Amino acid sequence: MSYDAAIIGAGHNGLVAACYLARAGLKVVVVEKNDWIGGAAVSRELYPGFTYSNCSYVCSLFRPEIMRDLELPKHGLQVLPYEGGAVFTRDGGYLATFRDHEANRRELMRHSPRDAEAYDRYSRDVMRHCRFIRPLLLRTPPDPATFRPRDIAELAWLGRKVGEMSEGQICDMIRFWTMSISDFLDEYFESPVIKAYLAVSAIIGTALGPMSPGSAYVLLHHYMGDVDGNVGAWGFARGGMGAITQALTASLRAAGGEVRTGAGVEKVLVANGRATGLRLEGGEEIAARRVLSNMDVKRTFLKHVDTAELPPAFVKRVETFKSRGSSGKLNIALDAAPHFPALPDGAPMLKGDLHFTDSVERMERAYDDWKAGHFSRDPFQDTMIPTMIDPTMAPPGKHFMSCFIQYAPPKIEGRDWTDADRDAFGQTVIDQIAEYSPGFKDRILHMEVRTPRELEAEVGLTDGNIFQGELTFDQLLFNRPVPGYAQYKTPIRDLWLCGSSAHPGGGVMGAPGRNAASEILRDLRAKTEMRQAYAVV
Amino acid sequence: MPSYDTIIIGGGTNGLACAARLAKAGKRALVLEAAERAGGGATGAALAPDLAPMPLAHLLTTLDPRVLDGMELERHGLSYAATGLTTTALSPTGDHLVLEGPAGAGLSGTIDDAGRAAWEALRRRLMSFAEALAPFRAVTPPRIARKAGNDNLKLARIGLGLRRLGQDEFREFLRMALINIADVLEDEIADDRLRGLVAFDAVLGAWLGPRSPNSLILYLNRLAGEAAGTRAALALPRGGMGAVADAMARSAEAAGVTLRTGARVGRVLIEEDRACGVILADGEEIRAGLVVSAIGPKATFLDLVGARHLDTGFVRRATNIRARGGAAKLHLALKGAPDFRGADPATRLVIAPDIASVEEAFNATKYGEVPERPVMEIVLPKAHEREAGGGHVLSAIVQFAPHAPRAGLDEARRRMLANTLEVLETYAPGIGGLITHSELLMPQDIEARYGMAGGNWHHAELSVEQMLFLRPFAEVAQYATPVAGLWLAGAGSHPGGGVSGAAGWNAAERILSGVAA
Amino acid sequence: MKDLRHHYEAPLRTTPFHDRIAAANVLNQWGPWAGYTTALVLEDAEMEYSAIRNTASLYDLCPMIKYRIAGRDAVDYLNRLTLRDVARVAVGAVQYTAWCDDRGKLLDDGTLFRLGEAEFLLCCQERHLPWLLDSAIGFEVSVHDVTAEIAALSLQGPCTASVLDAAGFDVSALKPYRFASFPFDGGDLIISRTGFTGDLGYELWIEPALALPLWDRLMAAGAYCGIRPVGSHALDIARIEAGFLAAHADFVPADQALREDRVRSPYELALDWMIDFGKGHFNGRRALLAERDGQTSEWAFVALDIEGNVAADHAILYDGRNREVGQITSAAWSPSAKRSIALAQVRRPHHAGAKGGLRAEIYALRELHYVKLMMTARMTERPFFAPPRRRTTPPGRF
Repeated sequence: MSYDAAIIGAGHNGLVAACYLARAGLKVVVVEKNDWIGGAAVSRELYPGFTYSNCSYVCSLFRPEIMRDLELPKHGLQVLPYEGGAVFTRDGGYLATFRDHEANRRELMRHSPRDAEAYDRYSRDVMRHCRFIRPLLLRTPPDPATFRPRDIAELAWLGRKVGEMSEGQICDMIRFWTMSISDFLDEYFESPVIKAYLAVSAIIGTALGPMSPGSAYVLLHHYMGDVDGNVGAWGFARGGMGAITQALTASLRAAGGEVRTGAGVEKVLVANGRATGLRLEGGEEIAARRVLSNMDVKRTFLKHVDTAELPPAFVKRVETFKSRGSSGKLNIALDAAPHFPALPDGAPMLKGDLHFTDSVERMERAYDDWKAGHFSRDPFQDTMIPTMIDPTMAPPGKHFMSCFIQYAPPKIEGRDWTDADRDAFGQTVIDQIAEYSPGFKDRILHMEVRTPRELEAEVGLTDGNIFQGELTFDQLLFNRPVPGYAQYKTPIRDLWLCGSSAHPGGGVMGAPGRNAASEILRDLRAKTEMRQAYAVV
Repeated sequence: MPSYDTIIIGGGTNGLACAARLAKAGKRALVLEAAERAGGGATGAALAPDLAPMPLAHLLTTLDPRVLDGMELERHGLSYAATGLTTTALSPTGDHLVLEGPAGAGLSGTIDDAGRAAWEALRRRLMSFAEALAPFRAVTPPRIARKAGNDNLKLARIGLGLRRLGQDEFREFLRMALINIADVLEDEIADDRLRGLVAFDAVLGAWLGPRSPNSLILYLNRLAGEAAGTRAALALPRGGMGAVADAMARSAEAAGVTLRTGARVGRVLIEEDRACGVILADGEEIRAGLVVSAIGPKATFLDLVGARHLDTGFVRRATNIRARGGAAKLHLALKGAPDFRGADPATRLVIAPDIASVEEAFNATKYGEVPERPVMEIVLPKAHEREAGGGHVLSAIVQFAPHAPRAGLDEARRRMLANTLEVLETYAPGIGGLITHSELLMPQDIEARYGMAGGNWHHAELSVEQMLFLRPFAEVAQYATPVAGLWLAGAGSHPGGGVSGAAGWNAAERILSGVAA
Repeated sequence: MKDLRHHYEAPLRTTPFHDRIAAANVLNQWGPWAGYTTALVLEDAEMEYSAIRNTASLYDLCPMIKYRIAGRDAVDYLNRLTLRDVARVAVGAVQYTAWCDDRGKLLDDGTLFRLGEAEFLLCCQERHLPWLLDSAIGFEVSVHDVTAEIAALSLQGPCTASVLDAAGFDVSALKPYRFASFPFDGGDLIISRTGFTGDLGYELWIEPALALPLWDRLMAAGAYCGIRPVGSHALDIARIEAGFLAAHADFVPADQALREDRVRSPYELALDWMIDFGKGHFNGRRALLAERDGQTSEWAFVALDIEGNVAADHAILYDGRNREVGQITSAAWSPSAKRSIALAQVRRPHHAGAKGGLRAEIYALRELHYVKLMMTARMTERPFFAPPRRRTTPPGRF
């Protein structure tokens, strides 16, 4: 039995690529090492009656073009916008956020009238940058070091896009891309807690601090998503993040594709410089005309490909590809909603993201700990209670809580994490929440603590990096993952990358999978109904 | 009453270079320097009456070759106590690593062949990038708009130079352009001393740590500099850095420039939206058709021009120029020669044992705190003099020091000095007992003494978002300002500061080119 | 004081006049305006409009953004900020003005009241606090948003002078763009002869605590002529007839535009008459000089008389060769001029009378279907309706 394409890893990008290929008529199989589907977009019942989004936890970046192409709503996907959120301050107060512009403005005014107005200017300035970058997500990056007509044409297209802006805006954009979010926010705002709130999107998932140059770009990476055209908005997938990969699986099966779970890949089979299939851990071989890896670039080439098949310079770049994990996760089943005395009774903030870091300095100090090889003593957390919006994830009155934590290094002072380290890490987080929510600890029914070690072991993300590689310029666009190999092709013919290690990077976005499929179908000159990126009107 | 057609505000290296270049083109130029002596950061005060002055800058690293030749500095008295200065990466155990030649062309000390080969490969690559980028230092930053007076020929040549690196190296260049130096060093180099040294050199004078993205390009910028005619080399002028200041002043005067010291400019005179002279702090009015400011851009616009002559958005940008100084300057008078565990005192001595030491020293500065264990570059000027005798002096650039210390300036200075001396004692045991005079200039002290905003010797941080056509910000990156007849020529403009003169020279060339503001 | 944290329970605030307006708002049609809930129509938009032009109307102006600007350098500050010469504004006078960004693109227009030698009130539609504060760098001046501290009413219509007289305020000597202070209930009432209707009318400024007594006094005094509260819809028709620009209708404030090609200069919005190049430097001056000298304006702002009787809101304009040359920004059937009128942005040089004239592509929704009309659009004078009574002093008794 032979396939047109075998895809390693049933994460969202692997499934997206598989769907597009299957819909173009290719015979496709996706193999997944775990007994469940989903990679880092999963819903798992780890405690009876509770659905855990135990890796990724919110949805915004997933490209609407892909949802539509693959008919995911028909296959069960529902994305629910959420509202609000709060940053708790050490003085017993908080800064809330609201979807309603006026409510949000009044909230900002409680902290600084000037900032309340500056926020509008800030939002517009960031939106201008978003408008430029969004169309790039669904395009294969050009290689600026070749003279191939296609690359030159793509560079020219980019040049035209840039040329649509005024000189001043181009300069602003270059400046924005290269500066730190802390410096950028200082140009607009005076209130520490407002700056702390806005800096969040610039550090999530990265091995950067808010004072690191380049962090402002990461902000864009988190802002360019949308929920139903509401740019920058975030939502939950109804039923947990697994709903995305379940809908993708249904879409794939409807198109005739197969998914095999419990099928870990041992090796990509290579003959005469071409990928010819896979060997599974049990020894079974699957022949395939081409292989797509949804694993990160390091795992793909350093663990599952014979490096003798690869150019040494490529191997070196893969070895030095930066995918340091910086985050951990606590997934908690709660007996009742937590109570935060700082919030007015009945306040809607619990329906959004909860933060406990009220200054950029505290975030940066948390990052200093990471640099020194420790988990943060005073960590930053992006905590959500999806059950406040989604009634399907826990029994009535009970709640699932997802705490995304930074910073957690891939190794503790150079050595592997131990269970004791993990427990201490979890305790630090719980203590921080309990500082603002007395009685919180008593409401915990079950808790899962995940450090970069668990993320790597379970999901296969090297060093626990949630983006399959850091989002710094040396690893973005034509540099991602390796200069000269940013077009989803690899040095081995018929072996392709379709995961977040490739452009445009991580987040539950689906773009790398879609773009990889696009390149394959382009090579095959196959007909596809793949939609181009929606025009930014 | 003599009349001038050009007034240059600020008699530092850029002001002098700009004036000399303009004078050579026939301009009647007057340089107004607030201090009693021209030369800016190349000048300094003595620790004690019988000691030589201690300038802020203590080594030549980036003297622009056009300035060196065009001003004939050697004819005007510049000579060298040392060229091609060696660097010693100090070890607390005496296991020093010595880098000879420009940017460590040769290594000596305990390092294995693999380590040497790795360094040689990295150095070669970075030098080739620096070589390709170096011509950028000598052009007016391009504008993105068409018909904007870009020197297209020069720019094309630079572009071609980068492409000539070859496909693989060009790709590497694009990958590394905005990378952080720490990752590169950890990828390529195993030796902690070497890693620490290069990390230190990359962030010398910057407000970045080695783990900050965009830090590698600062190292390339350093490598692109020249001293005594050699790229990436270091030199020590005979008689100290003051000799450079003196040679520049003499050269400028020989070219017809009038130099007035002790003349602080109070404001730029603007009539009919044109700069037409200056008014000194004491009220004296001096008129000229062209006014060039070689002092900091923020001070130029907000203090000398004044917001009322500028647009609000422009003022906003000027206000947002970041100029955080991260370096302190240590001056010690010593009874005898210090012993850095056998290190050759006639080399540049660097205490930065590994990357973490540099990064951790920067950490504290981010919060306005003083680092526990600062890192530093040390020069012992007397060790280079043949007729050495009597006491020694030690000059060190110590990083990082907060530009806005939370504990207050005096307390921060006291702690900074104590912490610095403690580190020094580890590397040169007994040095504490040799000290007869000491002085530590915090960034705020440097600002007070030299007028450099934030105590940053680049006047505006040298960082990617403030580089090239973004330096000091886009609207004034081509040296011209919105006020007709007023130009920038200081370190805050491309390509930045240091004892270089490049910004001043570039500005003069732009003014003479006749490209409209 | 109320716990400010609960603001989200009522995101839109109510103005000091809300109780009276709510009682009068029998249709219960409300809309948000700058964080306040305001009446769109209270009873009948046509009758409300009629009150503006026939008798007297009361409109709640409280949400209008108001900044108090004071300090030794206030005049210099405002001269640098705005296009017109502020030094010419006497104490007690009002100046209609506008201000630009560095590129000479319009940020907003508004009215500037000179309260004292060094004290001003700037009223405008959009919020500008960060811009105003950054503009204060280098000036000895303070800028405060006083929107919530002043209740404002617009009293517009031919009978308004009489109504004020009946209410005990003699405004007969008050000229257009002047204001005066009157004692009221132990407070200070400021009455300015200003408005957005191009008709005889006044604006009244009072501390919020006295808002309702003032309302009641005016309603009682105007009962004889049928004074009535009006909503935004009625006012907007009068506004268009008067030919005034409105932000987000006729122009996008330059700092809010996401799209580069949406910003407009005073030359492109027919506000260039305001520009005083002789007063010294002001924001955008260099860019505007270059625009003037280089003749680089791309757009023109024009008043149009549209054939037919269908309001031409947002119609695209075409020249004789069917090329798109502009957009109608505000339009209405003018009950007073008996014309279909419109304000439009037109690409130069088509404003100067394009060959074959302009045509407006109007879509009229009639019983579920759009009726597409291509109507001749003729350049005309602004204002569309300009009764002499708007300027007569003392105003006639109507």
